[in-house]
Amino acid sequence: MAPILDIKGLYKSYGSTEILKDINVAIDPGDFLVLVGPSGCGKSTLLNCIAGLEPISGGTLSIDGQDMTHVSPKDRDIAMVFQSYALYPTMTVAKNITFGMKVRGVDPKTQAAKLKKVAEQLQIEQLLNRRPGQLSGGQRQRVAMGRALVRDPKLFLFDEPLSNLDAKLRVEMRTEIKALHQNLGATMVYVTHDQIEAMTLATKIVVMKGGVIQQIGSPSEIYDRPANMFVADFMGSPAMNLIPARAMKNGSGTHIEIANSTGGSIVLKDTNGHDLPTDVILGVRPEDIAEPGTRQDGVHQDAECLVDIVEPAGADTYVVTQLGGKQVTARLHAKTNAQAGKSQTLSFDLSKVSYFEPGTGRRLN
Amino acid sequence: MTDAVYSNTGVRSQMTRIALRWLLYILLFAFALFYLAPLFVMVTTSLKSLEEIRTGDLIALPRDVTFDAWRTAWASACTGIQCEGVRPYFWNSVLIAVPAVMISTLVGAINGYVVAQWRFPGANIFFALMLFGCFIPFQVVLLPMARMLGLMGIAGTIPGLIFVHVIYGLGFTTLFFRNYYVTIPAELTKAAKVDGAGFFRIFWSIFLPLSLPIIVVTVIWQFTQIWNDFLFGVSFSQAGTQPITVALNNIVNSTTGVKEYNVDMAAAIIAGLPTLLVYVVAGKYFIRGLTAGSVKG
Repeated sequence: MAPILDIKGLYKSYGSTEILKDINVAIDPGDFLVLVGPSGCGKSTLLNCIAGLEPISGGTLSIDGQDMTHVSPKDRDIAMVFQSYALYPTMTVAKNITFGMKVRGVDPKTQAAKLKKVAEQLQIEQLLNRRPGQLSGGQRQRVAMGRALVRDPKLFLFDEPLSNLDAKLRVEMRTEIKALHQNLGATMVYVTHDQIEAMTLATKIVVMKGGVIQQIGSPSEIYDRPANMFVADFMGSPAMNLIPARAMKNGSGTHIEIANSTGGSIVLKDTNGHDLPTDVILGVRPEDIAEPGTRQDGVHQDAECLVDIVEPAGADTYVVTQLGGKQVTARLHAKTNAQAGKSQTLSFDLSKVSYFEPGTGRRLN
Repeated sequence: MTDAVYSNTGVRSQMTRIALRWLLYILLFAFALFYLAPLFVMVTTSLKSLEEIRTGDLIALPRDVTFDAWRTAWASACTGIQCEGVRPYFWNSVLIAVPAVMISTLVGAINGYVVAQWRFPGANIFFALMLFGCFIPFQVVLLPMARMLGLMGIAGTIPGLIFVHVIYGLGFTTLFFRNYYVTIPAELTKAAKVDGAGFFRIFWSIFLPLSLPIIVVTVIWQFTQIWNDFLFGVSFSQAGTQPITVALNNIVNSTTGVKEYNVDMAAAIIAGLPTLLVYVVAGKYFIRGLTAGSVKG
């Protein structure tokens, strides 16, 4: 299948400041691509480049096989939803939604039919004669979506569309966007700084930092096998534990030695036979540290740890201990017996750990 | 004991506050009287006969109200050798001010829209130069402008005066619209671009409908400037194309013999009425528009 969006060697700079460096991304029809990263990482700029709202300094960009590098936004067959919704304040909801069709000279009958369909789809029929100023945040969000949907474009672009909503509404709309994607089978590119949004919505995630792509992959690839320490730390909540450790070759396996808070150390035996340098950073997800006997799958290694803090969170209880001079969070069963100040046996799943090089942050296994 | 002391000072501070409030009102009233006094003298004098002006008191109300002076000022007062009153000059001013206000406002709106929303290389320098144009004294441009008008063949004509006022007003109108349009989020323009709208479509359909407050501000400002202008009017006009400000000067300065104060006053009020009217009709929007950018949100 030919990629619907293909970005090759894209550069973007303002004066001498490089905002985006050598971006290469391709997605297939029906994909949900999420661009995620901390603020200032260039993800919104990349989206604006895809839309044609920002000129590209180098590289090429094609949509559905056609070169769009220097084509103006209106000829790219895209629709965009903005963070501030950007509804036209003096027009009614109906006029907002049909503006694009009116500009393109679509005949009024088709306009009315499409408007009706989209209004039903988003349940905004009763709002059509109101102005944006009279709508709540969630309603404005729906209208902004309607304005994009009615266009039926090759590519939907979303620029942090949920960040102005309150927490509850954000989760609702997230589910709705996901349902919309499934029902329409449309291709979407979505920018967010919220890694949970990225994980739940995407079929493909691009993690960015400082204008450089850190990793491209499916949500599970990104989550299970982060390419470097930045991705490991950024994706997931609570974040992946990154524990400084010493690796020592021992027969077919490796001994991982980690200093604990009492001046001693714990030793974990990795039997996967990775070729590791002496100094490594061990990356463990909080859910891969459990109480002994609660998990059946994986390769478990038990170790005694001193519990510093116990944080019940309803479904789980987070237990914080100190290993290798870092705070390490374990996600335990809600009814755990762990108590602050007491010792607790924790079971590390070594089949799922990541190893990183301390200097470069690069993944080793 | 302590309670009594407290309540005592409480009453005193209350008294002080009321006294200060009254002092403020009296002061404001006095200032209002001071500023209204000339208008009062103008109106009463214009309604008196010459005989009464000579014998009566300057600030007294007219004994016999007569509109003769107004009639004379409008239709038969002499401006030099002609004695047609201010009427033809009033219409000259209308013919100059209305097109000049409309053109400078529209062009200013487009300029402001470009500078605020379509950033181009050197936009800041362009805007700074526009702004600089606001601060060039009238006198400096007189000679170059006279030469320009001569070369263009519109010296001494009403289109010539319109041209001068449009050029001189553009700095201000651009400034007004630019400052108003920078408060409109850039995402609105982006959304419209993605929707397929072009430069002028975005201007007409999205920006202009949002602009009523700033249009009112600009129209009031420009109308007042152009209507009240004397220097350009006297420099770039000839007999027959002079605006009312020039005619008023001629009426007051070219009378011989007895000074007809009542006619002078009536002519002056006629010359000032249109700007007064614009303020009364649109003043509410003027204040609102001036503060619109700062208190938005």
